[in-house]
Amino acid sequence: MSELTLTVMRLCFLAVLWLFVFVAIQVIRSDLFGTRVTQRGARRGADARPAQGRQQAAPTPPRQQSGGGRQRRGAPSKLVVSEGTLSGTTVALQGQTITLGRAHDSTIVLDDDYASSRHARIYPDQGGQWIVEDLGSTNGTYLDRTRLTTPTPIPLGAPIRIGKTVIELRK
Amino acid sequence: MSSTTHTSTIGAIGAPSRRNTELGLLVFAVLIPIFAYANVGLAIDGTMPTGMIGYGLGLGLLAAVGHLVVRKFAPYADPLLLPLATLLNGLGLVLIWRLDQSERLQQLQERSFGAFNPAAPNQLMYSAVGIALFVGVLLLLKDHRILQRFTYISMVAAMILLLLPLVPGLGTDVFGAKIWIRLGGFSIQPGEFAKIVIAVFFAGYLMVKRDALALASRRFMGLYLPRGRDLGPILVIWAVSLLILVFENDLGTSLLFFGMFVVMLYVATERTSWIVIGLLMSAAGAVGVASTAGHVKARVDAWLDPFGCYATSGACEQIGQSIMAFGSGGVLGTGLGQGNSDLIGFAANADFIFATVGEELGLAGVMAFLVIYGLIIERGVRTALAARDPFGKLFAAGLSGAFALQIFVVAGGVMGLIPLTGMTMPWLAAGGSSVIANWALIAILIRISDTARRPAPAPAANPDAEMTQVVRP
Repeated sequence: MSELTLTVMRLCFLAVLWLFVFVAIQVIRSDLFGTRVTQRGARRGADARPAQGRQQAAPTPPRQQSGGGRQRRGAPSKLVVSEGTLSGTTVALQGQTITLGRAHDSTIVLDDDYASSRHARIYPDQGGQWIVEDLGSTNGTYLDRTRLTTPTPIPLGAPIRIGKTVIELRK
Repeated sequence: MSSTTHTSTIGAIGAPSRRNTELGLLVFAVLIPIFAYANVGLAIDGTMPTGMIGYGLGLGLLAAVGHLVVRKFAPYADPLLLPLATLLNGLGLVLIWRLDQSERLQQLQERSFGAFNPAAPNQLMYSAVGIALFVGVLLLLKDHRILQRFTYISMVAAMILLLLPLVPGLGTDVFGAKIWIRLGGFSIQPGEFAKIVIAVFFAGYLMVKRDALALASRRFMGLYLPRGRDLGPILVIWAVSLLILVFENDLGTSLLFFGMFVVMLYVATERTSWIVIGLLMSAAGAVGVASTAGHVKARVDAWLDPFGCYATSGACEQIGQSIMAFGSGGVLGTGLGQGNSDLIGFAANADFIFATVGEELGLAGVMAFLVIYGLIIERGVRTALAARDPFGKLFAAGLSGAFALQIFVVAGGVMGLIPLTGMTMPWLAAGGSSVIANWALIAILIRISDTARRPAPAPAANPDAEMTQVVRP
């Protein structure tokens, strides 16, 4: 076998080996963009610690699907936590009631010393307008700067402050 | 506020199954070893090797069986794990076959054992057994969380596996290390299987105990120091790994177990102090044993100055030859079948097989192999990230950590970075236990990744929310 053929084969083999590596990395890359990272710190982080033993057996809380459900134009489609330990978390608004508080079964579990266990809830009224209601919390729920006393419609983008957490509705 | 509140789920969207990607990569992963096989044959004899069709078909068949089982029983599994493992297994077969062709090694075996028997057919058989175990694990282990029930049983099982080589009449001493047992003509390395079993124990144990280990601590000089009584488990594992080191003369296994425990402890508690404590303890243990046990001391001497004792000690000669093999490979290597890595002598196709890669494929080939191993580890860690239960997270992290440690320990030992230990390069090195155990490890990772990547069921309508009546004051 001539020297040249062997050299070519050797280089070809290395090239093919690296080609495989790059194809594999390409698969990882497409996997990377094909995934969605859902923050679920509130749910898992808060109750996973004390109740580790039972927690693993239970199925994970379903991840929030985004963009589901047809809504009229201009209506908010998601709730975003913009400040606090959970900042970045989003919850899709699909006509369900969202409860906020330290209780483990809240939709958004606030790990916040200033939050009550059942602090506030956000729900749509018959017209599809989202309403925030304080559930008799100790430290109050603030819409912009005003402390809530009655259920109040939420304007798009208005900050709702609970303790150190700020949430807002976005399109 | 601890950072655990920022746990996130990584889920796939779109077509999550990716089985066809896996199939494509698998075809690629079978063709590359066949090409390598032809390359070796042409370089050695100038003709296409006769066994090529058999090996190609064998490897292809194994890959096909693996793929079909994954498609049927773990449809959402990670698409990369199986092809990467298949490629390594196939290239390992080629490298072992290539060393079988070396007349120098044939003569050496004839001189010392009376007859030469090629290692490649055996390795192909072990690969088949490995795939069979892979299939078995995927068939029988429907959910990795079942293993959690066997936390303490697996501790006992792992201890028994680790101590088996010390049982008189059962364990055999091969070149100083007592890590083999002999059962009816087969020699088995129980440590390879213990690696997986003990990961079950560590994961189950740490899952329950991690709060105590992470939270009950005092802060001292920027480190969170655990309470004295929480140091117990790490001390026990440390003592066991030292016992392995002293009585079985096996640096690799002992390092692997202690390292794996420290890795999992860190993953479970997020406390850097455990890494510091672990490193200090393993350094103390290593120095203590190296200065007393003769076998370990010889290895350390061979590591410090392989060419100083080259002529007098077999261990030094092996390391020296291995380093020279890497050196003569250069950047692009001498080409498959054209190196002289068989000069290493004994264990050239086992512990030292990476030197053959270094010589015949050069730096480019070594890097490719290390990247492939790295990708397997990355997929394992990724699986741990995506797993939805703490046991699965710890288990996957522990398995990939152990895998990573093993690669580091073997590659580092062969290259002269750390003292040589008697461990095998997964899938490359000749040796049944290693191949079989690593296929089982991949099967478990595939099972966990299947569970983790399986799309979550659609959110159930919350009956309470639907019924809520708004009463306005």
